Amino acid sequence: MTHVLDPRAPAAAIPPRREPPAPYRDVTRSDAAFRAFLHGLPGVDQVGAEARVGVLGTRSIKTTAKAWAIDTAISMVDLTTLEGADTPGKVRSLAAKARRPDPGDPTTPQVAAVCVYGDLAGVAREALAGTGIHVAAVATAFPSGRASREVKLADVRDAVANGADEIDMVIDRGAFLSGRHLDVFDEIVAVKQACGDAHLKVILETGELVTLDNVRRASWLAMLAGGDFIKTSTGKVSPAATLPVCLVMMEAVRDFRAATGRQVGVKPAGGIRTTKDAVKHLVLVNEVAGPDWLSPDWFRFGASSLLNDLLLQRQKLRTGHYSGPDHVSVD
Amino acid sequence: MSPDRLAVRKTYKLYVNGAFPRSESGRTYEVADAKGAFLANAAWASRKDARDAVVAARGAFAKWSGATAYNRGQVLYRVAEVMEGRHAQFCEEVAAGEGLSSSRARAAVDAAIDRWVWYAGWTDKLGALLGGANPVAGPYFDFSLPEPTGVVAVLAPQRSSLLGLVSVLAPVLTGGNTAVVVTSRARPLPAVTLGEVLATSDVPAGVANLLTGDAAEIGPWLAEHDDVDAIDLTGAPADRAMELERLAAGSIKRVVRPPAEEPDWSADPGLTRLTPFLETKTVWHPIGL
Amino acid sequence: MSTQTPPTHSLFEYAPAPESRSIVDIAPSYGLFVDGEFVDGSGTPLKTVNPATEEVLSEVPTATDADVDRAVRAARRAFTRVWGPMRPADRGKYLFRIARLLQERAREFAVLESLDNGKPIRESRDVDVPLAAAHFFYHAGWADKLDWAGLGPGPRPLGVAGQVIPWNFPLLMLAWKVAPALATGNTVVLKPAETTPLTALLFAEVCRQADLPPGVVNIVTGAGETGRAVVEHEDVDKVAFTGSTEVGRSIARSVAGTRKRLTLELGGKAANIVFDDAPIDQAVEGIVQGIFFNQGHVCCAGSRLLVQESVHEEVIASLQRRIGTLRLGDPLDKNTDIGAINSAEQLARIRELSDIGEAEGANRWQPACELPERGYWFPPTVFTDVSPAHRIARDEVFGPVLSVLTFRTPDEAVAKANNTTYGLSAGIWTEKGSRILAIADRLRAGVVWANTFNKFDPTSPFGGYKQSGYGHEGGRHGLAAYLEGGQ
Repeated sequence: MTHVLDPRAPAAAIPPRREPPAPYRDVTRSDAAFRAFLHGLPGVDQVGAEARVGVLGTRSIKTTAKAWAIDTAISMVDLTTLEGADTPGKVRSLAAKARRPDPGDPTTPQVAAVCVYGDLAGVAREALAGTGIHVAAVATAFPSGRASREVKLADVRDAVANGADEIDMVIDRGAFLSGRHLDVFDEIVAVKQACGDAHLKVILETGELVTLDNVRRASWLAMLAGGDFIKTSTGKVSPAATLPVCLVMMEAVRDFRAATGRQVGVKPAGGIRTTKDAVKHLVLVNEVAGPDWLSPDWFRFGASSLLNDLLLQRQKLRTGHYSGPDHVSVD
Repeated sequence: MSPDRLAVRKTYKLYVNGAFPRSESGRTYEVADAKGAFLANAAWASRKDARDAVVAARGAFAKWSGATAYNRGQVLYRVAEVMEGRHAQFCEEVAAGEGLSSSRARAAVDAAIDRWVWYAGWTDKLGALLGGANPVAGPYFDFSLPEPTGVVAVLAPQRSSLLGLVSVLAPVLTGGNTAVVVTSRARPLPAVTLGEVLATSDVPAGVANLLTGDAAEIGPWLAEHDDVDAIDLTGAPADRAMELERLAAGSIKRVVRPPAEEPDWSADPGLTRLTPFLETKTVWHPIGL
Repeated sequence: MSTQTPPTHSLFEYAPAPESRSIVDIAPSYGLFVDGEFVDGSGTPLKTVNPATEEVLSEVPTATDADVDRAVRAARRAFTRVWGPMRPADRGKYLFRIARLLQERAREFAVLESLDNGKPIRESRDVDVPLAAAHFFYHAGWADKLDWAGLGPGPRPLGVAGQVIPWNFPLLMLAWKVAPALATGNTVVLKPAETTPLTALLFAEVCRQADLPPGVVNIVTGAGETGRAVVEHEDVDKVAFTGSTEVGRSIARSVAGTRKRLTLELGGKAANIVFDDAPIDQAVEGIVQGIFFNQGHVCCAGSRLLVQESVHEEVIASLQRRIGTLRLGDPLDKNTDIGAINSAEQLARIRELSDIGEAEGANRWQPACELPERGYWFPPTVFTDVSPAHRIARDEVFGPVLSVLTFRTPDEAVAKANNTTYGLSAGIWTEKGSRILAIADRLRAGVVWANTFNKFDPTSPFGGYKQSGYGHEGGRHGLAAYLEGGQ
C-alpha cells in the first residue's frame, strides 16, 4: 500500500481539504499558515496553570454537592477495558456493570459508555442493547497511531460497522511534533468522514506532546478538524490525564465555542482513579468552561477503577459509614 | 612666573547640567583663606539654582543609571585621571582653604584622587555583592539587584573641602545616582575646580551638580523637594539637621544623618556610603516548560 | 438512562464547607503581653469584631504610655541580660521552636486570623500561616551565621525594636518583623493593628510554649496612640513600621534627629502590565490574584491594570468572566475566594473612592454578586476607561477595586507604570524574555513579578522604592535593618 504521507503518492489520493469553521476558514490554506495560526495562540504558562488547578483542587465539596458530583461523575464514565487479554466475556461483564454499577442500589446512575477495542464493539453493542449506553471503540492503530492512513481508516470503518457509535482516535503525534500540522488535520478530517454518524473523540496523547502550549495547539487543531470531543490520553503513556492538561483543554473548548459557536466535549482518560480526582475535574469544568459542560454529552472520564471508588463513596454517603472493596464488584 | 606678570584670576561659578552658570540670583560671597585673606568671590547659589540642579540631575538619571557598570567605572576612573593633571592646582586650593601644610594638602589631594579610583572599581561589583539569586520555595527564578535610588542631594562636609567632598560625591555616582551637591560654604574653591574636572572628563552633563553656597539656606529646599529621592546631611549645620530630616520625611526620602563630628575622611569607607543610596529590586519569574 | 442522571446545564452548587471554629478558644478578654506575662492595660479596652458578622470577638486592652514604657523596659532588660548575650545558636533554636509551634497550631491560627481579619480561610490557611512559619524557619538559621551576611565582621544588634504592623496580614506581618529582629539579637515591642490583635496575642502564647525568655517579645495592643508611644519611646533603638504612607511620613518626622534607625513599608499603586503576547489565561489569573487576593488589602496589590490596546477587549472579557466565578462570602467557608472588608472605616474609604471613580467618568463594573446582610462587604470591582488623572488611578484604594488603563507601546507602558509616587511592586505579562528583562529594568519598583503576581518568600527581599518606603524584609537584605553598620 502506498503510504498516504508519502510525497510521491499520487495527488488524487488526498481528499479535498475540509474547511475549518468560521472565522478560521483560511487558517489551513497552507502548512505555514496553519503553523502560524497554531503558534499564534496565546501561550500557556505552566507554573500559572499548575497554580490555578492547585487552588481549584482546594475546593471542598461536601454533602449535597458531593452527592451530586458523585452521581454526575458516574454518569460521565466511559467504562474502559483496553487490554490485549480482553475477551467477549470480559466485555459482557463490563457491560453489565455499566448498566447497573451498584447492584445493591438501583438509584445509582448508569455510565455514559463502554470503551473497548474495535473488534469487541459488537459484543458491547449487543450487551448494551436498549440501555442508551454508548459503545466507544478505540481505533486508528490505537495506541501508537503508527500505521498508514488507509489502515487507520479501515480500523475506524470496522469499529463503526461492529456497532461503535463513538470512535476514540489517536492523532499522529510524530507528525504534530515535527510540525506537519496539516497532515494531522487532514487525518482527523478523514477519520471523521469514516465515522459517519459516530461521534469522534480525538486523543491528543498529551503525555507525548509534553508542553501545555502543545496541548493548546493540538486541542485547537482537533476542534478545527471537526472532532466532537478532545481527549487527553490513551492511558498507555505516562503521564496521562493531569489537571493542568485538562485545564488547558477546557479553556480551549470554551474559547472555541466563543469564537465559532460550536461546542466540543472533553475527556480526560487514564490516571483518574479516585472520587477526589473526579470531583477536582468537575470543579475545574464548572469554573473554567462553565456548567454547560457538566453533562455526559460534553464531559467524560475515561477510566476503569474510578467507578468502584465512586461507588464506595456513594455508599458511604448513603449509609453514613465507610464501605469496603468487597461491596463493589471486581471487573 | 615673572614677577612682572599680572595673574589672570579665575571666576568661580556653579557647575549645573554640565555648564558653569553664575547664580541666577546674581549673588556672590567672599571666600577667604584659613588666615582670613581674600581668595575669591564665589557664586552664592540660591534655591532656584538648587531647583535647576535637581531638574538637571533628574534629566541625567536615566542615561547614567542605564549605563553599564563597566562604563560608569571607566568614567569615574577618568575623573581621577583628569584630577591628577590638576594636582598642583588642587593642592594650592586645599592648602589655602583648609590652612594645611603643602605636604598635608598633597596627602589630601592624593587621597581624593585615589578615592575616585577606589569607587571606580566598585561599579561592577555591587551587583554580585548586594544582589543574587534567592532560593524561593517554589518553581520561580527570583533574583535581587541593587539599583540607584535616583536624585541624591548631598550637603558636603564643611571642613574637608576636597577629600570630604569626593568621599560623599563619588559613592553616590558609583551606584548610578545623580547628585546635587551643596559644597562647603567657607571652603568652596576645590569644589569649583572639581566641577571643571568633571566637565572635562566623561561624566555626562547633569550627573553631578555642584552648588557653592550655604547648606543652611539651600538645604531645606532640597530636603523638601519632592523630586529628590535621598539626602545626605553630612555637612548640615548641627542645629539644622533635625529640621532637615523632618522636611525629608514629607516625600519619604532616604536620609543619611550627619555624624556627631566630621570624620577622618582618610579612613576606608567600606560600603557605608554606597548602600544608603541603593534600592533593591527583586524580580520573579516562573520556571516551566 | 437512570433517573439520577443530572440534567444538562444543571448547576454545580457547592454546599457550605465551613472550617470549624471550635479549634480556637477566644477568651472574652486579653491582656498585654509584657515580660512574659499577660497583664492588664491601663487604657480603655478595645473591642475587636469579626468583620464578616460584626460580632464582637473579644476585648483587648489599650496600652498607655506607661504600659508601653513597661514593655520597653522589659525588652531592654531582656536584651541586656538574656537575649543579647545568649549564644547565637541558642537564639536560633528558639526561633526554630517558634516555627514548629506555628506549624503545629497552624489551623488554629488560620481560623483565628480569618475570624478577626475577614480574609478567606483558604488564604489564611495556605498563605498567611505557612509563610509566617517559613519566616521563622528562615531567620532561625541566620541567628548563628550573621558573620556571613555580608554586613561586615561581627555585626551587632541594635537593641530594642519598636514595631507597628497593619491589619491586612496580622500574623504574617508579625513574622516579617519579629523573626529578623530576634534572629539578629534584638528584642521587640510589637503593636498589632487595632482591628486585628488576636493572632498576635495567640503568638504570645506560642512564645510561652517555646519558653522564650520573658521580655524578648512584648505585645502591646491599642490604636494609633499606642503606636505613637512605641515609636516615640526614648529607649527604642529601632522602629519598623508597615502601613500607610501618611502614617509612615509622620513616623519619619518623629524619629528625625534621634539615633533611632527606621524602616518603612508603606503603600503602593502597582501597575500590572499585560502585553499582547501574554499567556492570556494566566495573565487573567494574575490580574485576579493581583487585586482580589486578600480583598485587595495588600500594599503591593496590582491595582492598576495596564493592558495593551490590541488585547484590551479580549482581556477585559476574560477577566469579567473569571471574576464572575469568584465566590464571596463567609471567610470560614473553604470555598470562599473573597472575604469581608476588614472594618467599617475601610469599607467607607473603598466606597468613597469608587464613587469618586464613577463621578470622574470611569466605568464601573461589578459581577452579579449577593452580599451578606451583616458585616462589611464590597464586591470585586473593575473600572474601565480610567485616565491616569483619575483618583482611582493614583490613590491607594486598599480594596477589591481594579483600575484599567491602556497603552500602545512598551515605552508608554513604562511611563504610565512609573507615573506614581509609589514604587512597591509591578507585574509584567509577556512571553518574550528579553522584553521582560527590559521592562523590569525600567520599572521603578522594589518587586517585579513577571508572569506571576503576589508571590512572597522569606529568602526574597521585599521593599519599596520612592514613597513606598525604605528598608527590606526578607533575605540577607532584611537583616541589615536590625544590625549596626547595616543599612
